[in-house]
Amino acid sequence: MELATEKRADTGAKKMNYRKRRELPLHLMLLPGLILIVIFSYIPMVGVSIAFQNFIPLKGLFGGQKWTGLDNIEYVFAMPNIWNVVWNTLFIAVMKIVANLFVPITFALLLNEVRNTLFKRTTQTIIYFPYFLSWIILGGIMIDILSPSDGIVNSFLGLFGIEPVYFLGENSWFPYTMVASDVWKTFGFNTVVYLAAITSIDPSLYEAAAVDGAGRWKQTWHVTLPGMHMIIILLMVLSLGSVLDAGFDQIFNLYSPQVYESGDIIDTMVYRMGLLQAQYGPSTAVGLLKSLVSFILITTSYLIAYRLFKYRLF
Amino acid sequence: MPTRQTRGQKLFGVFNYAFLGLVAIICIIPFVHIIALSLSDNSAVAGGLVHLWPVRFTLEPYNYVLERQAFWRAFGITIQRATIGTLINVLLVILIAFPLSKKVESFKMRSVYVWIFFFTMLFNGGLIPNYILIKELGLMDTIWALVLPGAVTVFNIILMLNFFREVPEELDDAANIDGATHWRTLWQIYVPVSMPAIATITLFCLVGHWNSWFDGLIYMRSAENYPLQSYLQTIVVEFNFQTMTATEAERLAKLNDRSVKGAQMIVAAIPILLVYPFLQKYFVSGIRLGSVKG
Repeated sequence: MELATEKRADTGAKKMNYRKRRELPLHLMLLPGLILIVIFSYIPMVGVSIAFQNFIPLKGLFGGQKWTGLDNIEYVFAMPNIWNVVWNTLFIAVMKIVANLFVPITFALLLNEVRNTLFKRTTQTIIYFPYFLSWIILGGIMIDILSPSDGIVNSFLGLFGIEPVYFLGENSWFPYTMVASDVWKTFGFNTVVYLAAITSIDPSLYEAAAVDGAGRWKQTWHVTLPGMHMIIILLMVLSLGSVLDAGFDQIFNLYSPQVYESGDIIDTMVYRMGLLQAQYGPSTAVGLLKSLVSFILITTSYLIAYRLFKYRLF
Repeated sequence: MPTRQTRGQKLFGVFNYAFLGLVAIICIIPFVHIIALSLSDNSAVAGGLVHLWPVRFTLEPYNYVLERQAFWRAFGITIQRATIGTLINVLLVILIAFPLSKKVESFKMRSVYVWIFFFTMLFNGGLIPNYILIKELGLMDTIWALVLPGAVTVFNIILMLNFFREVPEELDDAANIDGATHWRTLWQIYVPVSMPAIATITLFCLVGHWNSWFDGLIYMRSAENYPLQSYLQTIVVEFNFQTMTATEAERLAKLNDRSVKGAQMIVAAIPILLVYPFLQKYFVSGIRLGSVKG
């Protein structure tokens, strides 16, 4: 009896050892990746301590910096344009989220009605081409075509007797130009996402609707849209996390001092303060606040997505 | 089953085709216009005669761009960066996704690791700490500053691990019984059957490296080390002509600035145009994989 339990314990230990040995290669596979993210993601997270220091670059990231508590944060909130920048960020980001939801859904529904595959495929190919180009190239194109003196957009408008509009140089136009051009770059891509959702709707639902006498319009309203509602709400919820991302790449390449009033966003301000004016402490503080708010928003939206739709990223 | 259409449906169909066609044309017109500009003679461009078709056709802007050493140097750096960067990205994606695709029963620490990687998607140190880190590691002005910080792409890891999970478990078990190590199972079973996903991710990474510009702008102190997009940024968007020699400036005076910029943008976009057919094919399945699967 005693012997038997001893033997069992022995095989148990062997099993443990076997298991560890079997899992060891898996740990080793993860090692290079782990080292890299510890260096390039986790050390910068510790680096946000700069936000609470009077940071002197010569002393280094882990040198004896002088701690100044919340001074940098107070300094930031005392800046005259800070609320303007926060407002611009929210305004541009929210408009982009809404536009990037409605435009692609509309296009997916319209494209779904197209029966001619050649036309359908050609249209898709064309509309999602800009998605793969950088904002440097698209920005260069926009600067050229939107120029008030010799851009084609303004010469086209001139045909209708409209005065040249300085889309990138006037505060009343700049945010809308950003939203419109962002839609231009991304709607094709998003349209494909929604089209994929539509094609996964069970065809028998359409047949049933047709038998019940529903026309194309009614089928769209009662079958296609409800079939898409999961993905629409899901993407809406997840877009909550990007409310503070108004699009650095785009705005940085298209703005200029005369549109700072309507176009300066948190990320562009952090860049100018931090890297151009070397105000490391205050600009890290702004970055930290942004990261914290984003963190809360992203976590909340994932939680909502999980509760409502059992959505899991991994 | 073609059914008879009502008049309303026919009318809608006509409008639908017209509208979609119009939007597609509007989307493509800016590119056509830039190409036309880049192929037109200075006087025609300056006179505002060029719309959608080159006027007084010339290849001179392209000659000018292709003869500029700075352009080719930047081009070369981008090719180098895209090659090394994509290789590292894809290799790490495979190596990380495989252990994380295991069930907790066969890999106890799985959820701990998943959180370590996933957390980097939720929170980051931000611009300044990253910049100072690169500086203190002595990576400024080296290609590693462009390649290493983004080496682990968590989003792609998620795509890949979902793909790995669809590999039938029996294959894994059979390999295990035959005495194959995890390492061998990964390279001889998982990787070969996951080629479509790997291709998607390779293209994602390639396009990402080709298009990035901001890291080049801040981590390269000398403009000589700029990758292509950072180089373009300084001349196309920022109008910075400091790097130009006197003879170059003289030659440029005979050309139209808009044509030259157009030519540079087109040449920089050509590689994307070349991989676009593949992008198209794989991205659609890649997108489905990533977003529709809940």
